[in-house]
Amino acid sequence: MSLERFINQAVSSWMSEEGPDSDIVLSSRIRLARNFEDIKFPTLFSHEEAQSIILKMEEILRDSNFTKFGQMELLKIDELQPLQKRVLVEKHLISPNLAEDSPYGAVLLTENEEVSIMINEEDHIRIQCLFPGLQLAEALEAANEADDWLESFIHFGFDEKHGYLTSCPTNVGTGLRASVMMHLPGLMLTQQISRIIPAINQLGLVVRGIYGEGSEALGNIFQISNQITLGKSEEDICRDLKGVVSQLISQERSAREALRKTSNIQLEDRVFRSYGVLSNCRIIETKEAAKCLSDVRLGIDMGFIDHLPKNILNELMILTQPGFLQQYAGGHLRPDERDIRRAALIRERLKMEQEK
Amino acid sequence: MICQECNQRPAALHFTKIINGEKTEVNLCEKCAQEKGEMFMINGGSGFTFNNLLAGLLNIDPSVQKQNQNTFHQEEILQCNGCSMTFPQFIKVGRFGCAHCYETFKEQLPPVLRRLHSGNWSHSGKIPKRIGGGIHLKKQIESLKNDLKDLIQQEEFEKAAMIRDEIRTLEKDLPGSHKGGE
Repeated sequence: MSLERFINQAVSSWMSEEGPDSDIVLSSRIRLARNFEDIKFPTLFSHEEAQSIILKMEEILRDSNFTKFGQMELLKIDELQPLQKRVLVEKHLISPNLAEDSPYGAVLLTENEEVSIMINEEDHIRIQCLFPGLQLAEALEAANEADDWLESFIHFGFDEKHGYLTSCPTNVGTGLRASVMMHLPGLMLTQQISRIIPAINQLGLVVRGIYGEGSEALGNIFQISNQITLGKSEEDICRDLKGVVSQLISQERSAREALRKTSNIQLEDRVFRSYGVLSNCRIIETKEAAKCLSDVRLGIDMGFIDHLPKNILNELMILTQPGFLQQYAGGHLRPDERDIRRAALIRERLKMEQEK
Repeated sequence: MICQECNQRPAALHFTKIINGEKTEVNLCEKCAQEKGEMFMINGGSGFTFNNLLAGLLNIDPSVQKQNQNTFHQEEILQCNGCSMTFPQFIKVGRFGCAHCYETFKEQLPPVLRRLHSGNWSHSGKIPKRIGGGIHLKKQIESLKNDLKDLIQQEEFEKAAMIRDEIRTLEKDLPGSHKGGE
C-alpha cells in the first residue's frame, strides 16, 4: 500500500481537518457515560447480560434509520486482531481499557469517526465525540443527539437526585467528561507549565498526557478535562473548561511572542534542527519523534516553515505510534525495527510535501 | 550532596516520599528534577488506580465509617437487591454493582459524592425525555427562579416581571399543583 493511501485511510476527520484555534487546540472530545437501568454494571454482569447488551445495540442499529452521522458499524473487541485494537486506541476511538480489559467489549463507529460508542467498558455505554480544534459545544451537541437517539430505545439508569447512574461515583450526574487536547510548546519552553498545572488542578480540572490517564506529555501535548460531573449542567461544564482553555491559549500565544522577541534565532535553530532530524534520521524513538514533531509544528505556526501543512503533527503523532507502524508494515515489529520504520515513514511523509 | 540521578551535579531539590508508610528520600539536581518533574506530575501514581485512592479515602472518612457501623447495628448489613453488593464491598472496590446501588446506599452517599464533586451531591444537568414532564418543569422553574434573582439584583425589573410571569405559567402546568388551578 502506498503511504498516501495508508494515510488517507488511517486519518480520522479530527486529525486532518482544521477547527477553531487549531494552532494550539488539536481536538475537543465529549464523553457521556450511560447504563441500562436493569442490568448489572460491567464489573459484575454475567456473560448473558453482556451479550444481551450487544444484541440490543445490534437491534437498534438494524431497526432504526438514524443517519445523522452516516453509516455506522459495530465491531466486537474479541473479534479484532491485537494490532487492529491498538490502532483504534491510538486513534482515540476506543479506550485502552476497552481494548485490554473488557471481555465483552464492542464499539459502534461512524463513517467519519467523529462519533464512537463504546459498549461494555466500565459503563454499558459510553458515547464519544471527537472534533478538531476547540469545538466543545459542537461536540456536546453531537453527543446529545446520539444520546437522544439511544434513549428512545433504552431505559438508562437515572434518578432525579443523582442524575445518570454510573459504575464509578466519579462519573455520576451528567456522566460527562469534556476534554481538550492542546499543544503547548511555548509554555513548556518558558517553563511556565509547572506553575500552570497546579493552578488548573485547583479549578476542578485535570491535566494529563496525550493518551489519557497515567500517560506522559509526549510532544508537549496536554489533555485538559473536567473532574466534576455532578451538580453542574453539561453546558456549564463545557463553558468552564472552555474558559480555562481560552486562558491557556492566550498564555501560550504570549509565550510564543515572548520567545520570538527574546530568542528568535535560538528558536529558529531549534525548529530547523528538529526538521533536520526528522527528514534525515534512519532510527528514531517515539519520544524523540514527538519532541521533533512538536518543534516542527511550532515552526509552522510561527512561520519559520511554510511548505508543510499544520496537521502534520497530529497526523504523524498518531501514525508513528507502534500499532500504526505495525499495521503499515503488515505485521509484528520488534521495538528496534519499529524505530527504523518510524524514521522511514517520517522521512517519506516529509518528502511527499517537498515534491508537491 | 550530589544528585542521585546523574551523580554529577549538586542536588538542589530534596524531598521525602511516603507511600504506604514506606519512606524514600529523593535528592536531585535542577536538571534531573525537571526531567523527572513531568513524570511526578503526570505519571504520579503509576500502578495505583483511582479506585484504590477512593477506597482509601472512604476508609479513613470517619463520617462514612460511623454510618457504616450504624447500619450494621440497625439492620445487619445493607445489601443492594439488584446486585447483592454491600457497602463495605463498594468501599473496597470503589465501584457500584448496578444502578439500584444508588438507591440502596442513598443514606451513605452524600459525603462520598460531596468529596468527589467539590461539595456537589445533586444533579442539575440533562434529564432523559422518558422521565416525563414533572422533573423537567421543576428544574426549568428552578433555573428561572435563579435568573429572576439575578435580574432583581441587577435591577432589570422589566425583564424580571417577564420571567415571573413565565414561572407562573409553568407552575400551573406542574402536576399536583394547587396554585392557580383553573
